[in-house]
Amino acid sequence: MARIGVFVCHCGENIARTVDAGKVAEDLRAHPGVVHSEDYKYMCSDPGQALIKQAMAEKGLTAVVVAACSPHMHEKTFRRVASASGLNPFLCEMANIREHCSWIHEDRVRATVKATDITRTIVEKVKYNQALDTIRIPVEKRALVIGGGIAGIQAALDLADGGAQVILVEKESSIGGHMSQLSETFPTLDCSQCILTPRMVEAYQHPNITLYAYSEVDAVEGYIGNFNVTIRHKARSIDESLCNGCGACTQVCPNKKIPSEFDCGLGKRTAIYVPFPQAVPNLPVIDRTRCARFLARARKITKEVCAKCADACTRGAIDFDQQDRLTTERVGAIVVATGYQLYNVGKSQPAGLKGYGEYGYGTIPDVIDGLQFERLASASGPTGGKILRPSDGKEPKTIVFLQCVGSRDSEKGIEYCSKICCMYVAKHTMLYKHKVHDGKAVVFYMDLRAAGKGYEEFARRAIEEDGAVYLRGRVSRLYREGDVIKVQGFDTLSGEPVVIDAEMVVLATAMRSQPGIEALAQKLSVSYDQHGFINEAHPKLRPVETNTAGVFVAGACQAPRDIPDSVAMASAAASKILGLFSKDQLEREPTVAMVNASLCAGCFHCERVCPYGAVEHLEIRDRKGVLVKVVAQVNPGVCQGCGTCEATCPSKSVELQGFTDQQIYAEINALNL
Amino acid sequence: MVAVRESREGFEPRITAFVCNWCTYTGADLAGTSRLQMAPNVRIIRLPCTGRIDPLFIVKAFERGADGVIVSGCHPADCHYSEGNYHARRRFALFRELIEFLGVDPRRVTFSWVSASEGAKWRDVVDATAETVRELGPFDAYRELAGRTACAS
Repeated sequence: MARIGVFVCHCGENIARTVDAGKVAEDLRAHPGVVHSEDYKYMCSDPGQALIKQAMAEKGLTAVVVAACSPHMHEKTFRRVASASGLNPFLCEMANIREHCSWIHEDRVRATVKATDITRTIVEKVKYNQALDTIRIPVEKRALVIGGGIAGIQAALDLADGGAQVILVEKESSIGGHMSQLSETFPTLDCSQCILTPRMVEAYQHPNITLYAYSEVDAVEGYIGNFNVTIRHKARSIDESLCNGCGACTQVCPNKKIPSEFDCGLGKRTAIYVPFPQAVPNLPVIDRTRCARFLARARKITKEVCAKCADACTRGAIDFDQQDRLTTERVGAIVVATGYQLYNVGKSQPAGLKGYGEYGYGTIPDVIDGLQFERLASASGPTGGKILRPSDGKEPKTIVFLQCVGSRDSEKGIEYCSKICCMYVAKHTMLYKHKVHDGKAVVFYMDLRAAGKGYEEFARRAIEEDGAVYLRGRVSRLYREGDVIKVQGFDTLSGEPVVIDAEMVVLATAMRSQPGIEALAQKLSVSYDQHGFINEAHPKLRPVETNTAGVFVAGACQAPRDIPDSVAMASAAASKILGLFSKDQLEREPTVAMVNASLCAGCFHCERVCPYGAVEHLEIRDRKGVLVKVVAQVNPGVCQGCGTCEATCPSKSVELQGFTDQQIYAEINALNL
Repeated sequence: MVAVRESREGFEPRITAFVCNWCTYTGADLAGTSRLQMAPNVRIIRLPCTGRIDPLFIVKAFERGADGVIVSGCHPADCHYSEGNYHARRRFALFRELIEFLGVDPRRVTFSWVSASEGAKWRDVVDATAETVRELGPFDAYRELAGRTACAS
């Protein structure tokens, strides 16, 4: 006979305000199988835990039910308490009377009835709980980092310095990410490439880091400690082992008028190109959608069209017939650091977004976005660091900066704050004034959000020392009149409409998640929010973990992040992984499926529905070795415990430990006693 | 509780919700942390995945006196176990056809997808289901059947 102890928590006032915890404990005391029931102010506190231990010792409890918060919050805590007192931790369960009851109801009587119902349900369940043993699985001490921006580079370096082997995968032909495009960084105005490129080289040369640039993650299988990752090495059309990065091929390529992605369309590149001079690895790639030879091939023209790059290459490294290559890597942990894209506010928009047609982005050449301004201000940019208008190459004497273009505007599809724009606009006004001394910088803003070390001081400097004019209000329309762009806005502080004649307009557009992030998230089984940002496991306490064990997140793929945040997240993720790798074996919850071989008829429906391929065939033979039948068997290392097999099994001969039919029917019955 | 059920006026529906641990249970937790007030008629049974939900659970709930049932899990493509919710979806697409045959008004069963970030959607599902079931009144068909069988034997 079960001897169950029930412990009802007040959670200070959080539960006790709407649930009469004393009455719940009293009602449960009379429930069959319950030999001990009490309530206490804070069950998770030391004295609360001591109460549980004392009752276990005095009453010889065979199971414990703690009615308190969500099991996601404190199940581990109370299972540890049970374990410390010699009870198998899986004989301890939680009844969620806080998140699912006291916090969502105001009627004290009905909330108390509900809390009693919830607790009774779990008491009935726990009667059928089995003692389970933790599963131990080996850990592959190698990590995969997806994304070679500043977050990915930092995570890879920290992991590698900590002694772990790292695979760094970058989809572009060079690592560096958006940070490599920036001119200078706030709030110190140090040159972005000066601080980034040494780290890029360090990552490339680190003996513990294997860099796969121009590669993508194709498929991910497995689980924490034991992932099998298929990586697609996209065809560069260059033999990496032969190329020495001399650049002769890019100089002879006749197609020189392709808008450069790295320069955000402001500069030009060739069809065989290195995205920027400091690229790591310093290897060219042939853009097969632009190269005349490949275009001819696509049109089934058999004549060999152009091979100037191959002729120029003294090492014979150009390989027009190279194919995508797939390799498999075995890793124990994964960091997702895929970064962001800017909200392209032109006319054509994906579903859910509306764009800003009234701002003329994409039609008025001198209306540019923040990243394009970075390229203009960058010494390595298309203008050599001179602020010049894309339309006529003249130096603009008045630049208007618009903040919150796309951000904080649910009408246009994005309600969140992009976080970095206030600071980079302040930086842009300073860079502009430092380069064009007689220039005038005007900023339209909604609020100035400068929370961060040295940030407020930096923004004040832009206004007080560099004379940026900040107008609080929105701009309704931008239109061309002769040589100038008319900026028609409203200054809400003076209450006056304003029209400014600008020679250039910079839109601080919102940060969005990367295109294709949903597909990657699905491969990794991690969740993402409605904007495509990866969900962290807990917004405060587990900010770099995801809901999938062994998969971590860093940088702007989780939410809009600036460089210091991204680096901090990357180091945090790396330290979490190094902690994981410090053990030779991982402990896993034993909530896995088990087959009753004597009942199993060997139909293998379970095998067909198992998402993990955890079902194996077991041959049952008699004493003489004659095959009696073939039944299903679950590999506990591979099974993740979804239970789809159990719901599918026609003979009910597979059971998910911790969620057996018996336990669930006990719960259903208890709801209607 | 039984006394309350006698009168249609003060009828408070009993609703059993079968939810997955990763999306809807967490979404319901979020509704709690966000202090979203909702109808107190729903009792949640936590399962690892909607793929674990045997349609017989639903039948059993009705047999034991539930007036309504909610089944909710991760959105398609967002399953923590990759594809458990697809198996659930297929299973319930068929099961929906059977509910009426079993003597249960299909409006008593709500299928929904509620993600971990959709606390407000969970509240809406709970409130809408409670309202629908309240209008449909108590589900007594199985109880009456059991009573008749008891008399006959």
